[in-house]
Amino acid sequence: MTARTTTTTSPAPANAAGASYTRVEGRDKVTGAARYAGEIPYADLAHGWLVLSTIARGRILSVESDPVREMPGVLAVLHHGNAPRVDSDYVGMLGKPDPIVEVFQHDRIPFVGWPVALVVAETSEQAREAAEALVVRYEEETHDVAFSSAHPGTYTPDGDGMLIEKGDLEAELAASTHVVDHEYTTPEEHHGSMEPHAAMARWDSGRLEIVDSNQGSGWVADELAKLFSLDPDSVRVRSEHVGGAFGSKGVRVHQILAVMAATQLDRPVRVVITRRQLFSLTGYRSPTAQRVRLGADADGRLRAVDHQAHSLTSTVHEFVETSAGFGRPMYASDAHRSVNRVVRLDVPTPTFMRAPGEAPGSFALESALDELAEKCGMDPIALRARNEPDVGPVSGLPFASRNLLAAYREGARRFGWADRDPRPGVRREGRWLLGTGTASATFPVIVAPSTAAVTAEADGTFTVRVNAADVGTGARTALTLIAAEALEVPRERVHVRIGDSDFGPAAISGGSMGTRSWGWAVRVAVTELREQLALGGDIPPQGITVRSDTSAAVGALAQKERHSFGAQFAEVGVDVATGEVRVRRMLGIFAAGKIVNPLTARSQFVGGMTWGLSMALHEEAHRDQATGGHVGADFAGYHFAANADVPVIEADWVEDTDADDPVGIKGIGEIGIVGAAAAIANAVWHATGVRHRNLPIRPDRVLSAGGALDA
Amino acid sequence: MALSTSSAITLNINGEKHTLPVDHRTTLLDALRERLDLTGTKKGCDQGQCGACTVLVDGRRAVSCLQLAVASEGREITTIEGVAQGEQLHPVQQAFLDLDGYQCGYCTPGQVCSAIAVIEEHAAGWPSAATTDVRPEAGVPELSAEEIRERMSGNLCRCGAYVSIVQAVAQAAASNTEDTEAAA
Amino acid sequence: MREFGYERASDVPGALALLGAAPDARVLGGGTNLVDLMKTGVERPGLLVDVRELPLDRIEVTDDGGLRIGATVTNSDLAVDPEVRRRYPALAEAVLAGASGQLRNMATVGGNLLQRTRCGYFADLSKPCNKREPGSGCPAVTGEHHNHAILGATEHCVAVHPSDMGVALAAFDAVVSYETAEGTGELPLADFYLAVGSTPHLETALPSGALITAITLPPAPVAARSRYRKVRERASYAFAIGSIAAALDVRDGVVHEVRLAFGAVASRPWRAWAAERALTGGPATAEAFAAAADAELAAAQTLPDNGYKVTLMRNLVVALLTELTEEASR
Repeated sequence: MTARTTTTTSPAPANAAGASYTRVEGRDKVTGAARYAGEIPYADLAHGWLVLSTIARGRILSVESDPVREMPGVLAVLHHGNAPRVDSDYVGMLGKPDPIVEVFQHDRIPFVGWPVALVVAETSEQAREAAEALVVRYEEETHDVAFSSAHPGTYTPDGDGMLIEKGDLEAELAASTHVVDHEYTTPEEHHGSMEPHAAMARWDSGRLEIVDSNQGSGWVADELAKLFSLDPDSVRVRSEHVGGAFGSKGVRVHQILAVMAATQLDRPVRVVITRRQLFSLTGYRSPTAQRVRLGADADGRLRAVDHQAHSLTSTVHEFVETSAGFGRPMYASDAHRSVNRVVRLDVPTPTFMRAPGEAPGSFALESALDELAEKCGMDPIALRARNEPDVGPVSGLPFASRNLLAAYREGARRFGWADRDPRPGVRREGRWLLGTGTASATFPVIVAPSTAAVTAEADGTFTVRVNAADVGTGARTALTLIAAEALEVPRERVHVRIGDSDFGPAAISGGSMGTRSWGWAVRVAVTELREQLALGGDIPPQGITVRSDTSAAVGALAQKERHSFGAQFAEVGVDVATGEVRVRRMLGIFAAGKIVNPLTARSQFVGGMTWGLSMALHEEAHRDQATGGHVGADFAGYHFAANADVPVIEADWVEDTDADDPVGIKGIGEIGIVGAAAAIANAVWHATGVRHRNLPIRPDRVLSAGGALDA
Repeated sequence: MALSTSSAITLNINGEKHTLPVDHRTTLLDALRERLDLTGTKKGCDQGQCGACTVLVDGRRAVSCLQLAVASEGREITTIEGVAQGEQLHPVQQAFLDLDGYQCGYCTPGQVCSAIAVIEEHAAGWPSAATTDVRPEAGVPELSAEEIRERMSGNLCRCGAYVSIVQAVAQAAASNTEDTEAAA
Repeated sequence: MREFGYERASDVPGALALLGAAPDARVLGGGTNLVDLMKTGVERPGLLVDVRELPLDRIEVTDDGGLRIGATVTNSDLAVDPEVRRRYPALAEAVLAGASGQLRNMATVGGNLLQRTRCGYFADLSKPCNKREPGSGCPAVTGEHHNHAILGATEHCVAVHPSDMGVALAAFDAVVSYETAEGTGELPLADFYLAVGSTPHLETALPSGALITAITLPPAPVAARSRYRKVRERASYAFAIGSIAAALDVRDGVVHEVRLAFGAVASRPWRAWAAERALTGGPATAEAFAAAADAELAAAQTLPDNGYKVTLMRNLVVALLTELTEEASR
């Protein structure tokens, strides 16, 4: 069958990107029909259950697998003594891999929760019991998991952006009328995606197939091929629905172990990481200790900004939480130093977690600015306006677009900031002391080369194939709208397929770059497809497909300071008699480029702000110094905000265009969390007169600190 | 005494009877997901700490991860797959869809099942921890945003969709009230 | 989780026979705590005796005007019961403050009393715990203990009892009824939980093989004006870091009768007898409330990270009793 295309002659559709649309997979999600990685049935499926180390440092003496192999249903016990070898000496998308990919390759134990065995059985119940029964003997060495900025092992890593200096910092501080100098801390935080990491691996007609939950199927496929020394074309990774990721869903042990077991047993094997196991196996946000020194003239003009950020990493891999980077595009100052330092401890390797660097960094710097505003007797927004830079304060590069002050103006108007009495500790409603706070947000605009294929089908529809990941961002819907707009057809005629490494290289869902990167590739492909269709002619049964690759275009982007910006506002109530803090409302106004789908974009912003609330008040993993492992590694011990914690949160945006940018989309997945915790901490100060420089602002901390009206 | 560690049971799920042998260790959640291919019910924590596995048991919401399958025999179980009337979405489902009451969607089936029960519990006059005065003479509280937040707090959402979840539950509850009034 | 047998009891004698025949049997009520502990390996029963179909699911007003609550009444049914809400509103509030709607629909009253501590060391088999493994040590004393006990704890165990419901029951002099193969028995809640001492693994005075059948609340007119306040690290769906059940009868500015019990401060719901004695017959003023709290908390022994609980409980006593006094004067 062939059909004649009417694309170029159809009237402009009313549903161009910009109007709000519900998610294209929404019906599947509300009916339970959407299947996630661990939910696709396979005949003869076997189940793997992980066994993790209980010591923090040392080596394995023995894995006593013989009795376990005799248990009902047990098919295999994989460990360092019998597992297939992998080649981890490669450079992947993010550089050299975290050595956790060397799972079962040696007897060393670098932290509590290192994988020591995988028990594979016919049913998950059998695998679980056998895994729990497995005895592993260790030779234990003393460990060190005590993080602080004063740790003698602290060093400044090599690499770009670890240390940036400008001007004479000490001289400018000495010349300053007002100086703020404090340490701010944030605890170990976990991604806590609702869907645990899960993967099924099987060999199918000579190809390795993995059904996974990840942020980039091409990324995972590429690294699995490298690890197992396979032809890249022989590995296919699919990840259609992803139940949250937030930076944790890259190459992890579940995929590697599923491949090992499926290869060894020659049958499909699924490995699901349990909620408790996730706490040591899938990364986390390092705790931070950040010293911030600000020096300003009497009128609030910044002379000096010094941000010294400390974080931890494991003994086997260097990951740096780059909190000190937050301020580099933010405020003009005569002298600037920002440095990221790290210490190696006997803990799992941290990783990217929603707004890595910016989330904790903004808490420290934006709290310090609020303290400076207090010292200067200035309104916190006026202080920020006074230090608004013309060009990148450190780089000297022009801004692609910068609408921070526009966001503040709109936010202040809607929040009612003008009526605010700046004095702390003077408002009471029943048992609650009330206060309001504000803080800035920013996040870099990143893009990565991507490919996409767009097919004009014979039936008049269009199929877009792009190896995107929709981790809850709404990317699938956004790409549908982008394609429909570019094609000038109703969105119902566009079908977007994502999450399949066979679709070719593409950006990952991370760094808020996904929709910008994939959308760019889709637009390029559509443009070329429309040129072909404009020539006329019939569409053959297999359709007409055009592929795009944005590598060259991405490489040709002019060097600029490219960022999203935002203004965060919060109102809190604090009961100083019980230590309870309740956020009463939040407002975030963002300048974040072109917004593709307001409905899902708002969800992204509000979700990020909810994370900020949760970071401010709740989240904290507890590490036991004696054993080196977590205490309460579950959702009762690791609290994130429940529904009752979250008030009305509004998010909106101001016009933010960059005429030189070929896509205009900036990315919105992370900026919502940035500055939100600082706005809340600043509001707690405004309510009580007490500064909280350590997160989370727990009841015991509020109680111990008291308040201005504590009597 | 040698005890049997498995049983043949019949589960009544979404109005259909399913007879299957189960290991006693099998939770209702795992029976649904692994044995009956009803994967709409999600496993978020497997410890009763997140609510993703919420189903209705004899009309009441329960976490299926802490409910043994063998102990579920004789009970009427409704999962997310049994909530819609054919192609017609349940008003709660429709409200979640329309108001974007989710992001990744993994907690959504549990949220929907929980919300259905919340609306029924409220209609039946149940107080909550957000209720100022629980004494019966104080009457039933309005299903305010604050009441919805408290009643829905057993369903964690890591994406941070609570704001629109509350709106969705309120919208569905309002349509429920309208229907009731229309029928009266 | 090891394999286990499962039996569903249809009457109390049947349940007792099953429990008597298997020393490693456990009673399965709602399973909200037991099944979780089986998953973590803390509990490894050989047999589960499911008691949810026993005819113990009723709430009855007793002849003297108290309440008799069957052991298999769910938390939800307890909290919604009009007589509970009218006569003992703090009990309804306490139950509603616990867990989530889903868990309250499953959990039973008997199981609530027998639930185990949520101490993170107790639940983690890779770590020592005297309660789980006698003699292995208590790492919480020098480790993570910011939500641990300040009253009645010893160096052997500083875990707290997690129940909200139990706090209200303690305030209202609840009596636990049980049956064994030998007959019936009763334990006032005050005697139900054992002191920690050097044997934190021994938690209750319930005879082995016993089945809790009911909880009786004696009539307490003072309870009609009672409240429960719970402080926790998020607004809902979290265990308390401090809670209080209070009932107050003030006449002409004088405390005629008062009931006070604390949660999340001890290995059991903590009846604040000393505070009650200090208050009774005295003025209903904030100063008197604070002094009474101090009298109760004088025995507190704090660790480096849980000393805030002394302040918290003192503030809660003052806040809640003040609130009840103001309500009474309205």
